[in-house]
Amino acid sequence: MTVLEVSRYRPGIDAEPVFQRYEVPDNDDWAVLDGLNYVKDSVDGTLSFRWSCRMGICGSCGMTVNGEPRLTCGTFLADYDGVVRVEPLHGFPVIRDLVVDIEPFLEKLSSVSPWLIRSGEDPASEFAQTPAQLEAYKQYSMCINCMLCYSACPVYVLDPDFLGPAAIALAQRYNLDSRDEGDRFDVLSTDEGVWGCTFVGECTSACPKHVDPAEAIQRYKLTAAVRSVLPWVRL
Amino acid sequence: MTYYTPPVDRLWWTRRRSYFVFVLREFTSVGVAWSALLLVYAAKGNEIPVWLVPINLIALAACVFHAITFLSLAPKATVVRLDGWRVPDYMIVGGNYGLWLFASLVLAWVVL
Repeated sequence: MTVLEVSRYRPGIDAEPVFQRYEVPDNDDWAVLDGLNYVKDSVDGTLSFRWSCRMGICGSCGMTVNGEPRLTCGTFLADYDGVVRVEPLHGFPVIRDLVVDIEPFLEKLSSVSPWLIRSGEDPASEFAQTPAQLEAYKQYSMCINCMLCYSACPVYVLDPDFLGPAAIALAQRYNLDSRDEGDRFDVLSTDEGVWGCTFVGECTSACPKHVDPAEAIQRYKLTAAVRSVLPWVRL
Repeated sequence: MTYYTPPVDRLWWTRRRSYFVFVLREFTSVGVAWSALLLVYAAKGNEIPVWLVPINLIALAACVFHAITFLSLAPKATVVRLDGWRVPDYMIVGGNYGLWLFASLVLAWVVL
């Protein structure tokens, strides 16, 4: 049996989170999420956590496993010795048990206008792109909004107003898209935007989709610095 | 609804090696500032007291650490594409070291 030590927070009952231990069967192919689902289905139906696709696509099941921000569907119990501690993502208010409040993140995300901005009439046909134009932003389009990068970022944990890695990486996903005509300078080039980043680099290490938010932020710092001096330049 | 907001962990920088290295890198700016002030002090013709040597050695180590980590991070900010080919990180870093060496040689030639 594997022991899961799960953080429980029940509003109105617990003043602060407490740990509760559950035993789950040993299965080599069980991810942490499978263990949690076993607990939910067979041991304690009151345990709350988010999940959906179970294949690292939806970004719902991010939690802190033995101190590290991980997607629990891609983190296997067999890779751990001893007790496996599961906590909500650090840096976010906890709604209940392993469920955190994602509303602040969604507000930051929408503030960077993460969509193609075009002027003029609706296009009559699709916009063709060369492989090189696609390659310019493709990496950043892999972000699944799982928020692991926010949890790994000490700047965000210390200053929740920081725009954060994923929102900036997604802004760059559109900034670098040849079809986009938008300008996100006023949102990104602020103290809470790229200039809030002190380049710890943990966002990139934590990303399960191999996006490089740290690179996206540093690149936009260069863009913002150049544009501050030469406002007409578009990088 | 009552959300639980965890208190800020004041020892967060000790929890992970990468956090500690980051804080160390930030602290090296003190050594850089010290070296700059020392240069201005010396440039005015003042003698540097012998008892300051150990502090200056620490400041020198901080400056070297600062410079090396700064240049290692350069490829993150400067992504160069030539006809679709992305210039590899080691070339960006090598170019920066080359410029550093060139600037140092020019300065040495001017000063010495």
